Amino acid sequence: MHAAAAPLSCQPPKSSFPHWRKSQPRKCSQKAHHASITARFELKPPPYPLNALEPHMSRQTLEYHWGRHHRSYVENLNRQVTGTELDGMPLEDVIVASYNKGDLLPAFNNAAQIWNHDFFWQSMKPDGGGQPSGDLLKLIERDFGSYGSFLTNFKSAAATQFGSGWAWLVYKANKLDVGNAVNPYPSEDDNKLVVVKSPNAVNPLVWDYSPLLTVDVWEHAYFIDYQNQRANYVSIFMEKLVSWEVVSSRLEMAKARAEERAREDERKRREEEEEEFGDPEMAEMYLDNETDESEFE
Amino acid sequence: MALRSLLSKRTLGLGFGQVRGLVTFSLPDLPYDYSALEPAISGEIMQLHHQKHHQTYVTNYNKALEQLDDAMAKGDAPTVVKLQSAIKFNGGGHINHSIFWKNLIPIHEGGGEPPKSSLGWAIDMHFGSFEALLQKMNAEGAALQGSGWVWLGLDKELKRLVVETTANQDPLVTKGASLVPLLGIDVWEHAYYLQYKNVRPDYLNNIWKVINWKYASELYEKESP
Ligand SMILES: [Fe+2]
Ligand SMILES: [Fe+2]
Repeated sequence: MHAAAAPLSCQPPKSSFPHWRKSQPRKCSQKAHHASITARFELKPPPYPLNALEPHMSRQTLEYHWGRHHRSYVENLNRQVTGTELDGMPLEDVIVASYNKGDLLPAFNNAAQIWNHDFFWQSMKPDGGGQPSGDLLKLIERDFGSYGSFLTNFKSAAATQFGSGWAWLVYKANKLDVGNAVNPYPSEDDNKLVVVKSPNAVNPLVWDYSPLLTVDVWEHAYFIDYQNQRANYVSIFMEKLVSWEVVSSRLEMAKARAEERAREDERKRREEEEEEFGDPEMAEMYLDNETDESEFE
Repeated sequence: MALRSLLSKRTLGLGFGQVRGLVTFSLPDLPYDYSALEPAISGEIMQLHHQKHHQTYVTNYNKALEQLDDAMAKGDAPTVVKLQSAIKFNGGGHINHSIFWKNLIPIHEGGGEPPKSSLGWAIDMHFGSFEALLQKMNAEGAALQGSGWVWLGLDKELKRLVVETTANQDPLVTKGASLVPLLGIDVWEHAYYLQYKNVRPDYLNNIWKVINWKYASELYEKESP
C-alpha cells in the first residue's frame, strides 16, 4: 500500500536454484532481478527532478537529503536485515515488527525512515500547495472545523515536535490499542482525520493509522534553505509544495482499506457463526483460496 | 508555585520593586572567534549555531517564562502545565549550549590536550584510558537517534564519572539529580550539518581536537567533594 518500497513481486533467486532465470518464465523485470541479489530495498528517486522544487526546496537540499540521508537508510537497512528474521519481509512489516511495542530493534529507524522519506517525496510536487478540494476538503472541514484550523493544527504539531521527527495528517480507522503500540487517540470516534507528530523515525503505521501527508522536521530537511526557521519552512511547504492530489488519492485508498477491513471483520464474524454449524463447503473454499494465492507467489 | 516565589525573590533580590518582574536570560558571548575552531568546526557553523540557534532558545525561553508568569498571576493552571514542555526545551537549549561553548577552545590555546591531574586519573580509573572514553562517547553519540547530546558527567553522589546521552534539549540533570555536566557534545544536525552532512561520526572524531579539557578539569575539581 501507499508509497512503501514494495517488496519484489517475484521470488528472489536463491543460490540453490542456479538456473532460476532460464527455467522460469520472466515474471519480474530485469531491474527487480538485480535488486533481489544486491539489495532487498531500493532507493526510489523523488517523482520529479532534484531541482524541481526550487526555490522552496533547493536542489542542494534534495541532493543531500535524498542522495545521502535516504540512501544511507536504505544501505543500512539492507545490511541490517540480511540473515535475520526480518529478511524478506515487506518494508511495512519490518517497520511494525522492529517497532517491537516501542522497544525499538536496530532495524526500525532505517526501515521507518525509508518509508517516511518515500512518502515525503511523494507528498510534494512542483507548483504544489494551495487548498485541498473534494472529499478531502469536506473531511478536513468536518474534522477540524475549517481548512484554516487544520493548518494551525498541522503547523503547531510540526513546531512542537521538539527535536527531530515528523508531523502527519492521518486517516484513523481504528478504535483501540493495536497490540503493537499504544494508540495516541484511542477513542470510539472512528474513521476520521487526525493530526499527529512523531519523534525521530516513528511513523503512524505503528498505530495502524493510514498516513495521508507528512512533513519532515529533522533539521536536515530545512537547514540549508531555512537555517533554524522551521516555522517558515513548514509554512512554505504547505503553501507551495504539498501535492493535494496525492493526499486525496491516499485518502481514497485509506477509506477503501477501512471499508475492506470492515467487510473482512464482518465476513470473519459470519464465518465463525457458520463454523459452529460445521459447513463442509466452507472448508473447501479455504483450500481453493490457498491454492489461488500460491500461484501468484 | 515554587517557581513563582523563586521568580519573585530573585527579581526582588535584583532590586526590582514590582512583584511580577521577570528574570530574563541573555545570549552569552563566545570566548573565541567564530572561525577559531576551524578546521574542526567551521566559522559558519559556529556563527549560525550561536547567533541563530542559541539565540532562539534564549528568546523562546524568555517568552515562555513571561507567559508562565502571566498564567500564574491569573491562576491559569492549564496554561502553566502547557508551558512546561516549551520551558524544558528552550531552557534546556540555553543551559546546554552555554556549557557547550565553554567546552570548546581553539587548538593553539590548548584545544584537545588531554586532561592531567585528578580528572585524568578519574578517567583512567572509570573508563580504562582517555582513548577508551573518547571511543565510548563517539559510539554513544553516533548511536543516538535524532537530536540530542552526549555527556561526560560527574555523579556527585556515587562519586564517579558517567557517560550519558540525553534526547533533544534535555539537560544532563534529567538523567539524575546528582549529575553535573563536565562536557557536553551537541549531536543535533545543526551542530555539524553544513560541514559534515549526514556523517556524524566524522564530526565526533574531529571535535576532540577543540575540546577544552582544562575547563572540564577545573569543574571536576570544584565539584568533587
Ligand atoms: Fe529526512
Ligand atoms: Fe546546538
